[in-house]
Amino acid sequence: MAAHATTGPVTHEHEAAHPPTSMGLPHIKLGFWTFLGSDCLFFGSLIATYMAYRGHSLTGPFSHTSWTAPDGHVVPHILNVPVTSISAFVLLVSSFAMVMALNGFQTNNRGRARLWLFLTAIFGLTFLGFQSYEFTEFYLNGLSLQQNLFGSCFFVLTGFHGTHVAFGVLWLLTLFVADLRKPIPPSKAVNVETCGLYWHFVDIVWIVIFAFVYLIPVTEKGGF
Amino acid sequence: MATAAPLPQVEPAYSGSGVWSWLTTVDHKRIGILYGVTAFSFFLVGGLEALAIRAQLMRPEQHFVIGAAFNGLFTMHATTMIFLAIMPLGAAFFNYMIPLMIGARDVAFPRLNAFSYWVFLSGALLMNSFFVVGAFDAAPGWLSQIPNTGWFGYAPLTERQFSPNLAVDYWMIGLQILGVSSLAAGFNFIVTILNMRAPGMTMMRLPVFVWMTLVVQFLVVFAFPMITVGLILLTFDRFFGTNFYISGNGGDPLLWQHLFWLFGHPEVYILILPAMGIVSEVLPTFARKPLFGAPFVIFSGIVIGLLGFGVWSHHMFTTGLGPVADSAFAVTTMLIAIPTAVKIFNWIATLWGGQIVLKSPMYFALGFVALFIIGGLSGVMHASPPVDLHHQDSYFVVAHIHYVLFGGSIFGLFAGIYYWFPKMSGRMLDDGLGKLHFWLMFLAMNVTFFPMHFLGVDGMPRRIFTYYSSDGWDTWNLVASLGAFALGASMLIFLFNFFRALRSGAPAGNDPWDAATLEWATTSPPPLHDFDKIPVVTSSRPFWDAKYGGHGAPKAKQEAVGGHAAADHVVLPNPTIWPLVTALGILIFWTSFMLPDGPVFVVTGFGVLVLLFGLFSWLFEPLE
Amino acid sequence: MQRRASARTASILLGIALASLCFGCSWVLGDTPMSTVHPTTPEGRLIQSIYAEITWIVLAIFIVVEGLLLYAILRFRQKPGDAGVPDQVHGNTVLEVGWTIIPVLIVMAIAVPTLRGTCALQQPPAADALTVNVNGKQWWWEFEYPDYGIVTADELHLPTGRVANLMLRSDNVIHSFWVPRLMGKRDLVPSRGQRLWFTPEQPGWYVGQCAEMCGASHAFMGIRVKVDTPEEFAAWIESQKAPAKTAMTDPGFMAFMQAGCIACHAINFAGSPARQRVGPNLTHIGSHATLAAARFEMTPENLARWLRNPPAEKPGSLMPNLNLKDEQIAMLVSYLQNLK
Repeated sequence: MAAHATTGPVTHEHEAAHPPTSMGLPHIKLGFWTFLGSDCLFFGSLIATYMAYRGHSLTGPFSHTSWTAPDGHVVPHILNVPVTSISAFVLLVSSFAMVMALNGFQTNNRGRARLWLFLTAIFGLTFLGFQSYEFTEFYLNGLSLQQNLFGSCFFVLTGFHGTHVAFGVLWLLTLFVADLRKPIPPSKAVNVETCGLYWHFVDIVWIVIFAFVYLIPVTEKGGF
Repeated sequence: MATAAPLPQVEPAYSGSGVWSWLTTVDHKRIGILYGVTAFSFFLVGGLEALAIRAQLMRPEQHFVIGAAFNGLFTMHATTMIFLAIMPLGAAFFNYMIPLMIGARDVAFPRLNAFSYWVFLSGALLMNSFFVVGAFDAAPGWLSQIPNTGWFGYAPLTERQFSPNLAVDYWMIGLQILGVSSLAAGFNFIVTILNMRAPGMTMMRLPVFVWMTLVVQFLVVFAFPMITVGLILLTFDRFFGTNFYISGNGGDPLLWQHLFWLFGHPEVYILILPAMGIVSEVLPTFARKPLFGAPFVIFSGIVIGLLGFGVWSHHMFTTGLGPVADSAFAVTTMLIAIPTAVKIFNWIATLWGGQIVLKSPMYFALGFVALFIIGGLSGVMHASPPVDLHHQDSYFVVAHIHYVLFGGSIFGLFAGIYYWFPKMSGRMLDDGLGKLHFWLMFLAMNVTFFPMHFLGVDGMPRRIFTYYSSDGWDTWNLVASLGAFALGASMLIFLFNFFRALRSGAPAGNDPWDAATLEWATTSPPPLHDFDKIPVVTSSRPFWDAKYGGHGAPKAKQEAVGGHAAADHVVLPNPTIWPLVTALGILIFWTSFMLPDGPVFVVTGFGVLVLLFGLFSWLFEPLE
Repeated sequence: MQRRASARTASILLGIALASLCFGCSWVLGDTPMSTVHPTTPEGRLIQSIYAEITWIVLAIFIVVEGLLLYAILRFRQKPGDAGVPDQVHGNTVLEVGWTIIPVLIVMAIAVPTLRGTCALQQPPAADALTVNVNGKQWWWEFEYPDYGIVTADELHLPTGRVANLMLRSDNVIHSFWVPRLMGKRDLVPSRGQRLWFTPEQPGWYVGQCAEMCGASHAFMGIRVKVDTPEEFAAWIESQKAPAKTAMTDPGFMAFMQAGCIACHAINFAGSPARQRVGPNLTHIGSHATLAAARFEMTPENLARWLRNPPAEKPGSLMPNLNLKDEQIAMLVSYLQNLK
């Protein structure tokens, strides 16, 4: 792929008007990696908050142990690892779909590009569907944002991740519609690649969240 | 510098001067001017807030402004100076000078650059709108909603329970918006500096100002997320009933302090490194020899940036973190003194053996070094936890921060203003008035802030709106207040000089200071496209080398910097209104939080719509 | 010749600056009530010794570095007749190494006493320490002696020769307890108890203040500590444990109830309905030297002024303006003054 500051037609005049980049990377890619670095610290702070408050909830429902509510009924542990594993898998598959979509754009294969881009968005929406179901279940079982520290940390952390996914789905569908109106040529595939970077990042963040929140059990002391 | 080669055809050729041309500009020079004018205006606002504080504290037991209103003054003074004055003054120079210094024609993302400015402006206006809203309040009036929990906003004082009205919300939401602006600019300048250097300009040939800017932008993109999260958690506490910082439901106020200072400490390096970069340009120019140990100065800047992430809990020595944490942070804090000292010695060595030309920019640069030494040394004193058990929250710290931020950042930024004013306006500031400004400001600054060391040693706590005569603090408070008013007066000298020079200052020419870096190789002010020819660089002092041969002998005829083929056809980005519209959407979205009960969600939704409309229009409009 | 002239000028200027500094310092390091350099406890003196060491080092650095700067500016000014450019020296690695190593050594010199002091000041106090619970409120201090069952406010009494172990707590916002002549400060953070300990040696009154911004009347959250001899302290304890010299039938107490004071304040006597801890305990208020967290000296006039309109005296005061009539105020003042 030619290393141009922009992705316009490669003419001599254009090259003279737009010098090659110092690092050989397109601006958008370099800039986006910087953004992802920053976003790592954003999620890192949210995860650190979660870790700081593990075991500090004064009341239930709890993540990995059961809790007896004041009215006497028992709320089992609220996290459902098997179900969430499925949604995590869906997100992983969506990353594969993204790779296929990017390949389609890079090789100017319209069918592959559009199909896999659309599938990526569908998988993303499926993940969001699982999240909505999960949040609703938790809420009906007494875990609200305000109920305890686990509720606050959990919903803020996974909520912001979900928002990132939703924004990613919007981005995917925008690219899809844009391609329908005017096909994105291989010389502009870097725009799709950037979306792919974002999508893979969001997926990796979910793996980390899944590990820290769902898989690592919390020993209760009367909290969390 | 244009030579006999034909001038390139520049497209678009507009250079409008109406309001619309400023609202739609994507030109880094104009955006730099927008930042500069806005920032300096807020600098004056912050200064007035300081004068009100000093008027109240001039004598014991005054009732000029007390209680929550006084708390609001020091909160807004600090917040304004840090976020609305020093940072954007730095941004003004980043915007204007970085592309010129690296031989580029603009920044990597010109429209994102404009977006950063408009978001900054909207955050600044929202944060200050309490003046207007408070005027309609039933009770105290125009200061009734002033943010008043300190610029550091410690929980749980900032929680709804202890701060029920909107004051904290102006600060919290305003700051969140400002964070978006800084982050966007951070991404932009990192890519610009790494990816848009002129041919031959390796990283080690970058001017030190550019290097310091690069370190600052990395600090921004890695530190701001922490305060973003901290503010999000506070927003959830205040609006959605969570208990992240309230101990009643298991939360811990110290979580706020950790998140805030993880941001807050890198923030102070964000505030000082640009000034250090400016001084690293001004000192060699006026000593007429290279910056001594430039690679070491650069490397020290990088080390300061890195270490800056490891010292945050020295703001928490009195919160009982325990001897291990206290000791660790004491050591890392003391370690930061080392690269700082290395810089200072290199600056002095730059002067050594030079031919020092004492013009106004040099005065301010030298003043920076002299005053920053004092500020740095007082900081070393309270790097020690036992000593900090007295210094923390006393006027000793107030003295320290003003020596490093006023004596340091502000003097450094003024050095930049005096140095680069000719380049930006094509005219010279009056040197005599500049020196008068310097001396009055330098003396007044010391009269104001040096006695605060004494007040701290005498036990005066910070953030109190009055004191008793029996406390024994009368004399130094009076002296400090008189100094502060003199400091305010010195600004008038500068403003007079500035406006008069704009109207009728002597023509500057391209290179009034006989400098070494690329911005002086083009006209004053530069043309829209910055350079007729993109230079080819073979050293860290490309323009100096074009003027002087070996052993400093001036060349008979100044060479062009490099011999890159002239571009016949320069294509610049189109002006566009969409970054402003997107910024407006963000403002509307966040303002909806502040509305009293009613159709709040309608406004929130409207904000999102405006944001998306602006964003999509922006994305689908061709850049050029 | 020119070098000597510059050196002389630089030294003169520096000498003037230094002399002003010393004069200023000696003039100013005077006897303010909250001075941080007149410690009266072993712990305070430990801090002082570290402070002094660091100050001398810092002063020496200041003289050397500012002196070099000043000398360089004066000596290497451009003079008429200077032609061309000076030697374009780029750097010197030996110097760089040197002036990196020297700061490292200086940092080590400062770090060693710092680390020793940090650890020494945070060792747990002796087992026979006197424990006092210090509860920070907006904007006053409650002092509770759990060993003696005493709850009082605003004035902290401590005996000489015994470690005072202050347990710092807050159920509202963050405060900071600072009585400089006794010890450094420590924050009161809701969600965690902290301790601050020191050994008073000199009897007398000590002045302190809250040192963490805590709201509208942060400036008026004063502390008064009375260090007593052990005998005086024992007597004070006894007097504090005694119930108030009053009864339900006391007209003063009836005025107290009528004004609504028992909603927030406690007065201890058998059968007392005044038991709340929202505001300070008033059982022995008449014997206090100050009022409203050292806002005022305790005099009848000041007490009347306070009762007339508390928020006017302390912005944001949680004690409201009760709109008391003058006769009520006079009654209450004389009643409270007699609760010694």
